[in-house]
Amino acid sequence: MSNTATALKAIPEVSVSHTASPMKIVVVGHVDHGKSTLVGRILNETGALPEGKVEYLREVCDKRGMPFEWAFVMDALQAERDQGITIDTAQIRFKTEARPYVIIDAPGHKEFLKNMVSGAASAEAAVLVIDAHEGVQEQSRRHGYLLHLLGLRQIAVAVNKMDLVNFSESRFEEVKAEIVAYLNSIGVEPTYVVPVAARSGANIATKSVETPWYQGPSVLGALDMFEPAKPATDLALRFPVQDVYKFDERRIIAGRIESGRLKVGDTLVFAPSGKMAKVATIETWGNVAAAVSAGAGQSVGITLDEQIFVERGNVASLEHHVPHQSHDLKARVFWLGRGPLKVGSRYKLKLATAEHVVDVVAIERVIDVEDLANHQGTEVARNAVAEVVFRGKSPIAHDSFIDNPRLGRFVLVEGYDIVGGGVIAEASSEDARNRSTHVTEVPHKVDAETRSIANGHRGGVVWLTGLSGAGKSTIAMEVERQLFLKGWQVTVLDGDNVRTGLCGDLGFSDADRAENIRRVGEVAHLFADAGMVVVTSFISPFRADREKVRAINPDAFHEVHVATGLNECERRDPKGLYKKARSGEISYFTGVSSAYEAPALPELTLATEGKSVDESVADLLRYIDKAFSLSAREQANGWGL
Amino acid sequence: MNDLDALESQSIYILREAFNRLDKIAMLWSIGKDSNVMLWLARKAFFGHVPFPVLHVDTHNKIPEMIEFRDRVAKEWNLPLIVGENTEALAAGMGPHKGRVECCTALKTEGLKALLAQHGFTGVIAGIRRDEEGTRAKERVFSPRNQSAEWDFKDQPPEFWDQFKTDFAPGTHLRIHPLLAWSELDVWRYIERENIPMVDLYFAKNGRRYRSLGCAPCTGSVASTASTVAEIIEELETTKISERSGRAQDKESEDAFERLRAGGYM
Repeated sequence: MSNTATALKAIPEVSVSHTASPMKIVVVGHVDHGKSTLVGRILNETGALPEGKVEYLREVCDKRGMPFEWAFVMDALQAERDQGITIDTAQIRFKTEARPYVIIDAPGHKEFLKNMVSGAASAEAAVLVIDAHEGVQEQSRRHGYLLHLLGLRQIAVAVNKMDLVNFSESRFEEVKAEIVAYLNSIGVEPTYVVPVAARSGANIATKSVETPWYQGPSVLGALDMFEPAKPATDLALRFPVQDVYKFDERRIIAGRIESGRLKVGDTLVFAPSGKMAKVATIETWGNVAAAVSAGAGQSVGITLDEQIFVERGNVASLEHHVPHQSHDLKARVFWLGRGPLKVGSRYKLKLATAEHVVDVVAIERVIDVEDLANHQGTEVARNAVAEVVFRGKSPIAHDSFIDNPRLGRFVLVEGYDIVGGGVIAEASSEDARNRSTHVTEVPHKVDAETRSIANGHRGGVVWLTGLSGAGKSTIAMEVERQLFLKGWQVTVLDGDNVRTGLCGDLGFSDADRAENIRRVGEVAHLFADAGMVVVTSFISPFRADREKVRAINPDAFHEVHVATGLNECERRDPKGLYKKARSGEISYFTGVSSAYEAPALPELTLATEGKSVDESVADLLRYIDKAFSLSAREQANGWGL
Repeated sequence: MNDLDALESQSIYILREAFNRLDKIAMLWSIGKDSNVMLWLARKAFFGHVPFPVLHVDTHNKIPEMIEFRDRVAKEWNLPLIVGENTEALAAGMGPHKGRVECCTALKTEGLKALLAQHGFTGVIAGIRRDEEGTRAKERVFSPRNQSAEWDFKDQPPEFWDQFKTDFAPGTHLRIHPLLAWSELDVWRYIERENIPMVDLYFAKNGRRYRSLGCAPCTGSVASTASTVAEIIEELETTKISERSGRAQDKESEDAFERLRAGGYM
C-alpha cells in the first residue's frame, strides 16, 4: 500500500461492537399442532420470560379453571386465550449461548394466512411444527410452500406431541418421511427433523431421555445451526429512491441501499429515465464523520454532481449492472384478497419504492399446494398460489427473485388493501439493444393531413371485438367491400388471416393472445398512419390488451363491441368451434374455458341479435362515415380554396 | 452493520415512508426514553430537521421534571411542539381516583383523539415497542385505526418486506411505529452510543429510579443503583423484572391493557 491509499478510505460499516443482530425465526404449522406452546417453552427454557410471568399465567389459567397453558405466553389477546388460537403474529426475543433471536409466532388458521405471511416474510429461518399424532395436514403443506416462496431456505421441522404417541420411533419416522418428501418436492431440504413434546419440554433445550433413539440436536440446537443471512452487500447496487428533500440548499436523495454499495464519485444510472450523475456527497447528521461509502441495509441521503430529475420510485444502480426493465412481469403470487385475482383485473403493484398500475394479462397456472398439481384457471382464490403475468402501463425496473430478492418481490394493492404478494420468476428486459438506444424515428415526408385530403377521409382503426361467432368477420368484410366501392382506402385485418403469417408462432394461451393483439394493434396503427381505414376482427378478449392498442394513438382508435350473447354465438357456431371446445378438443376457448371482458365504454355497440347482417353493416357504415369523413369545409380548406 | 445500525436504519426508513406517504403526520412525544430516541432518529432521517409537529398530550399529572425537560429540549432543538389536553375532563376533575383505566382513557386516549381531530392528522408516529407488552407485540409498523381511533387487532393488514399499508379510506388514520423492533436494552445502548439527553428521573437517586415514565400517580420507581447510562445497560442485561412493572393501570384486570389499546391508547 502506498501513501495515496489514505486519500479515500471507507469508514468501516461495522463499528466496534460485539452484538450481532438477532436471527429472526418464524414458527409455522397447522392449527393446534402446538406452535405457541413450543414458543412459550423456548422462552421459558432460555430464561427469556420476565420474573413473575409464569406465576401470572398460572393465575390466569386457574381463574379459567384450566391446566397451565404455555401458549398463553404468546397469545396475549383475550380473544386468543378464549379460543385457544393464535390470531396474529407476535415477536418476542430470546437468547441462546450462540446468539440472540427474535421469534415470530405465526397463526395456523387458514383465515389468518395473511398474518402468517406477515410473520414469515421477515424471517431468516423457520421451524415447521407438525403434530406427531395428526401428521402432515393442509396448513403444514401450505406453510411449507409459502416459506419456500418467500425465499426461506432454512427450515427445521419439530414433530410435536411425541408424548401423545408414547415417543414412538416408528411414528416419528412415518411423519418425518411424509414431511421430508413434501419439502423435497418443493426444493427444500429441512436442516433437522426433531421429535418434541413441547408441553413437557422434551428435546426443546436439551436432549430428552424419552427419545434415546434420536441422535440429532434439540430444537434450540437446531436453531443454533442455522446460518445467518448473507449481507446483500455482495449483490449489484440497487438504491431505490424513497424521497427527495430540499434542506439547507442541498437537494438530498434519500433512500435505503437495498443491495450492493455506493461511494462518492460513483456514476449512478437512474431507472427508468436512464439519466446519469455522480455521487457528490453522502450526507450525514449528528456527531458522525462524513461517509465516503455506504452499503446494503443503510438508510442514506446522497447529493449528485448534476441536477438531474429524480423522484421516488426511481432505482439507482451502477452502469454495468442495471436492473431489468419491462412492461411484463412473470411472477409467482400468493393471493390474500377477499375476492379472487382475475385475468383483466387491475392492481397497484408496489416494488421497492415504485408503484405501478398493472393488469393481469394471464394466469399461467394455479398451484394446488396440497399436491402441487397445476390447474388452469382464470381466477386465483384467496390463499392460493399462482403463476401470473402482469403488464404495467410503464416499464418496471426489477430483478428476478433469485438474482436479487430485494428488487425481485412486490405486493399488490386493490383499493386500500394489500391483497397479495409475489416474487418475480423470470426477469426479462424488453431488450434495450432492440428497443430503444439505437432506434431513431424517421419522419415521413407525407403527413397525415395531406393523406386524408387526398383520400377524402382520415385514417384510423375500427376495432371489432366480441365472442367467436358474434359476426365480426361477416360485418367487417361487407363494410370493407362497401367502403372500397365508395373509393375509400380500406382493409380488414382478420384473426385467422394474421395467424397464418404474422402471428403464426403464437398459440392460444392468455399470454400468446395478448402478444397476438399487441402485434395486430401495431400493424393496424401502421396502416392507419398510411391513411387507411383498418377494420379489425379479433375476439381480443382482454380489456387491458385493447386498451394498449388504443394507447398507441387514442385519437385514431374506435372500439366496436359486436355484442352477441354466448348462447346465440354457440347456436350459430359458424366454424364448429364451440362444439369442439365443449367436447374438450380445444382447451382455451373464449366464453367456454377462457374469459371475455366486454368493453366498458366502446365507441359503438352493435347488438346483432334479432337484426339482419345488413342492418349491422349499415349501422357501422354510418358510424365510420361520421367519424372518418372530412367535412366539405375541411376539404375546401385542404385544397386551399 | 451491527444490530444498532440495523435498527437505526430500519427506523429511519419507516420515518421517511411515513413522511412521504401520508398527508399530514405528527410525532407523539411522551418525553420518555423511547420517544426521545424516536425524535433523535427523526433528526437523523431528515438531516437535523423535524418536518412535522411533535405532539405532547398533557394529563396535568406528569412528573414536573418531564415538563421542564420537554420545554428545554423543544427550545434547544427548535421543535414544532404542540401541547394538547382534554380540558373538559380535567375541569370535571378526572383523575386516577376515578379508576386508572378510565383516567388513561379520558386524559390520554381522548385527549389525543381531540388533538388529532383538531389538526386533521392522517397519521401519528408513536414510539411503542414489541417487547414492552403482549398486545404491543402484535402490532404492525403502519397500524390503521378507524374514525374513533379504535384498533381492530383481529383484522390487521398484511405487512411484509417493508411494504406498509399507506392507502386507506377517508376518516381512518394510521399509527406509525418506528421503534417496534427495538428492545429496552437497545434503546439504552443507542442512547449511550448517540449521547441522547434523557430526563434525570431515569437515573437512580437514593436507591430508586424510574424505568418507564408516565403520570406521577400511576408510575412507580424501581429499586436500582444505576445512576449512569452504562449502569442502566448493565442492570438491564441481567434483570428479569418487566419494564412496565411500575405501571399501575396495566394491572386492573387481565385484559386492562388490551382494552386500553383497542380503544386507542398508545
